[in-house]
Amino acid sequence: MSSRAGIPAALRGLIVAAGLVAAWQIVVWLTGVPHYILPVPGKVLGALVEHAALLAENTGTTAAEILLGLALGTLLGSASAVVMDYARIVRRWLMPVLVVSQAVPVFALAPVLVLWLGFGMASKVAMATLIIYFPVTAAFLDGLRRTEPGWTDLAHSMDASRWSVLRHIRMPAALPSFASGLRVATAVAPIGAVVGEWVGSSSGLGYLMLNANSRGQTDLMFAALAVLAAFAVALYFFVDRLLIRALPWVVESGAEDRINA
Amino acid sequence: MTADTAIRPISISVHAARLSYAGAALFDALDFALPAGQTTCLLGPSGVGKTSLLRLVAGLEGAGAVVCSDDRPLRGRYAWMAQQDLLLPWLTVADNLTLGARLRGETPDPARADALLQLVGLAGRGDDRPAALSGGMRQRAALARTLMEDRPVVLMDEPFSALDAITRYQLQDAAAELLAGRTVMLVTHDPLEALRLGHRVHVMAGRPARLDDALEPAGEPPRDPRDPAILALQAELLTRLVSAKKATA
Repeated sequence: MSSRAGIPAALRGLIVAAGLVAAWQIVVWLTGVPHYILPVPGKVLGALVEHAALLAENTGTTAAEILLGLALGTLLGSASAVVMDYARIVRRWLMPVLVVSQAVPVFALAPVLVLWLGFGMASKVAMATLIIYFPVTAAFLDGLRRTEPGWTDLAHSMDASRWSVLRHIRMPAALPSFASGLRVATAVAPIGAVVGEWVGSSSGLGYLMLNANSRGQTDLMFAALAVLAAFAVALYFFVDRLLIRALPWVVESGAEDRINA
Repeated sequence: MTADTAIRPISISVHAARLSYAGAALFDALDFALPAGQTTCLLGPSGVGKTSLLRLVAGLEGAGAVVCSDDRPLRGRYAWMAQQDLLLPWLTVADNLTLGARLRGETPDPARADALLQLVGLAGRGDDRPAALSGGMRQRAALARTLMEDRPVVLMDEPFSALDAITRYQLQDAAAELLAGRTVMLVTHDPLEALRLGHRVHVMAGRPARLDDALEPAGEPPRDPRDPAILALQAELLTRLVSAKKATA
């Protein structure tokens, strides 16, 4: 995935990150913003080092919520897509429910989920699962319903059963669509977990941010934010790489181009 | 590698075939027959409905009675080769050849797949993905997949169109040998190909389309394209095709 310009993607990323940090520092110098509104990068770095153990512990919680939500949402989403594709009656009845469910902002559901599932991890995993479920279901179902007709004709000529067409042709053919859905899901998964933590929790990066904010520890709040962002980006690129390796026949542009597009 | 399994040839007759696109009948009340164990070729101008007629026999579109001589349905007893290669991009070439077996839950026969790949000049390419092959190679892989099915009836739609002249010539020889004894319907644009491989050669023309009386070249396929009799028939076919184009336009 080396760029045509000759600069490796990783190096380009580092340069952009360094540029952003420099811009941040310059803004603080130029405007003279008090540090409790916008701390300088150096102070945030200091907080990162000073509270490393605290940050690590809470990152563990949030990461677990995101990963569990991602796994559950992907599993439920793919299963729903397959069932809805296979059984027309299920599709007819479930599709409107699915669409309507998307009209309800997940954030509005957060208090309800905390009320039902408690302050622990369950309500955050449920939030992440909900937010991941729809993009995965919608993308996979769309892929399943747009199989190249020639392939299904070929399967018909080979006397294949409906199930084996689904398993050997339509499901693999829908994997690239599924992958796009999973990429979107991976990008939004942290939102679900953090919103859940804001509404009510006793650990996690979202909890830490609220807590630090109320105590005026703006540098710690920014440190938590930085860790969250780093985790989200790392997760996205890990999933992206995994998908590219798992689907070697799919010719597509690299992750950077997709984000820039 | 030849048809070692005892294939009992079946003849197929099609009655009252009809298919219309956007209200206009491509063909209507069309009757024709595929004699048992013979290759019937279909020529005609583009858009006359040759592919559609082949798809109708395969049960993929249109309406009409497709009757086999043994009164059993054709489903499960024909192999189909489309104009596009229809190779699955996520499978290797070898796995594409054994797709039928896996779709039916049978045990694939990789040795036979290898032998067929060798026959179509793709020896050693079984582990490649289709994307690594040229257009002509992909078409040969599709031909091998069709032969892999080992069915008494074979429906082929321009199987050799993407090949260079020499490869086409060689594959026609191989196909003639492997298709011997089967009931074959072959749609083609190439009059010489039809005369090399066909027992009966029809020209399809008009709207709604009709089939003319078949030309029946003497001798068994693959015929020698240098044979004066074949060249004379080619001239005759070209004349028919020119008037077919006028009748269809």
